[in-house]
Amino acid sequence: MTCWETFNAYAFRSIGIGENLLPKSDFTLCQQFTLIGSGLIWNVYFGALALLFGFFLATGIALAKSARSPWLSKPAEWFVFIFRGSPLFIQFFLAYEALQMLPKAGIDVFGISVDTAWTTRAWAGALFVLFLNTSAYAAEIFHGALRSIPKGDLEAAEAYGITGWQKFTRIQWPTMLRLAWPSYTNEAIFLFHATTLVFFSGFPAFRQMGDALYYANYFADKTFNPFVPYPIVAFYFICLTLLLTSGFNAVNRRLNRHLPSNQTSRIRLRPNLIR
Amino acid sequence: MFAVCADPKAIEGLTWLSCYLTSGKHLDFYWSFVTVLLLLAVTAPAALAMGFGGAMAARSRILPLSLLGKGYAALVRGVPDIVFFLFFVIALDQGLEYLKSLAVCADHAWPWQGLEFRVCQEAKVPLGASSAFWHQAYGFALAVFTFALVFGAFAANVLYGAMNAVPKAQLETAEAYGMSHGQVFRRVLMPQMWVYALPGLSNLWMILIKATPLLFLLGVKDIVYWARELGGSKTQAYEYPHPDWRLWYFLGLLVFYLCFTKVSEIVLARLSARLSRGQATAAGEAMRRAGA
Repeated sequence: MTCWETFNAYAFRSIGIGENLLPKSDFTLCQQFTLIGSGLIWNVYFGALALLFGFFLATGIALAKSARSPWLSKPAEWFVFIFRGSPLFIQFFLAYEALQMLPKAGIDVFGISVDTAWTTRAWAGALFVLFLNTSAYAAEIFHGALRSIPKGDLEAAEAYGITGWQKFTRIQWPTMLRLAWPSYTNEAIFLFHATTLVFFSGFPAFRQMGDALYYANYFADKTFNPFVPYPIVAFYFICLTLLLTSGFNAVNRRLNRHLPSNQTSRIRLRPNLIR
Repeated sequence: MFAVCADPKAIEGLTWLSCYLTSGKHLDFYWSFVTVLLLLAVTAPAALAMGFGGAMAARSRILPLSLLGKGYAALVRGVPDIVFFLFFVIALDQGLEYLKSLAVCADHAWPWQGLEFRVCQEAKVPLGASSAFWHQAYGFALAVFTFALVFGAFAANVLYGAMNAVPKAQLETAEAYGMSHGQVFRRVLMPQMWVYALPGLSNLWMILIKATPLLFLLGVKDIVYWARELGGSKTQAYEYPHPDWRLWYFLGLLVFYLCFTKVSEIVLARLSARLSRGQATAAGEAMRRAGA
């Protein structure tokens, strides 16, 4: 099999397109690169969607956490504490077991039967956990940023008669994003790193459709040689990290475009590797 | 454990529960919490030492050494840690067995042959005949080393930053008094760097706590292993039959970790206050004012 044929057969194996049977013997470097790269689709899927949905929930929770009413701030504090204070690995296990407790036949809501079987599948269940998890981490970052908005900015807004919702959309939210962006970039990077945990934490890989690390682990188990597949995963993730950083840097430049260049906050990679 | 528990099928209610929770397997489960604490107790100083070495190397004036220190920190940060956990455990194991095979085996064939890793029986680590305890201890040691290596890189980054954060004027003053490089490092830099390193290190400690369930992936019989094992539904063939209780076991683990991180937070806040005393930082200045 030439490398091009291998690529055609396995490039989309992780989403069920192409050759069904995984390679069993005579593993080539090309096979490993193709299959592990194909698994990366899942990492990007989990990371991108969790980040997208999480962004909105995180903004809401950050606002709730800085609200004066304890009816809003206490639940938000607990949400953040539970998801930041416990390992993501345990959260995955717990969610999987909890979702399995749902009745298999479906739940009756006002006479309409709601199917529940799909919730235990990784694409839904794990995405949900990652979404809540990244919301909690990002909410903490946004909350910190909300608290460090310069007092003068808010007073100036009020002096101009900008209050309420308008003050939030025009002053608070853009400043919050600008201040939070360097930390939020790190959060995004480590969220992508965390997606590798999904298929090692209870969620089964349906028809061997797994993520990059799942396939790397498959090759390492078959060949007893960890020195090829894991460095390939590492290579892919370094590329992904660089891509992500450049994207977030572009946003950062836009958020800081009104400031003199010596005042902009640079994005630095900070350790926050495991959740 | 208790005399009442001799026939678990005959008892009910709270007695059953207390017998169930003190069964032999459950005692193993409780011991696995000690395993986790032991891992933390061994790994934290080891990672700190690795990090200190890495930061010293990165600060070195010898170029290759400084590149090595910086490269070590950069590489580990760019790649998901779980990749390292999966990689190092096999790689270290194979590396050790290969080195040992060079010493003890008769034939020195290249061990990676096709789909196998083959060394002679005498080169196995630990030997096939050794007791289960040694196999477990070896697995645990590999896990500790891997954790120390990965977290050492993060600690190196934090400590490197902290060493640079100590006011330059203080170091220059020390040099002006005629102290040697080593003396400046030991007497001025070392005592002061910790207050700058503490926020980063406490963050790292929290991450380390939350990384301990990954022991399960390294094949150590830790709390996750036992929670899955004990929680799974047990038929009448077992002494204590029950339905699938894994949810409750994992809920227990969640509460354990939440309590652990909360306690750590409180202790670290106190430590930070203690270290700020008498330092040339905003926190130290606030303390001096409050005292005066």
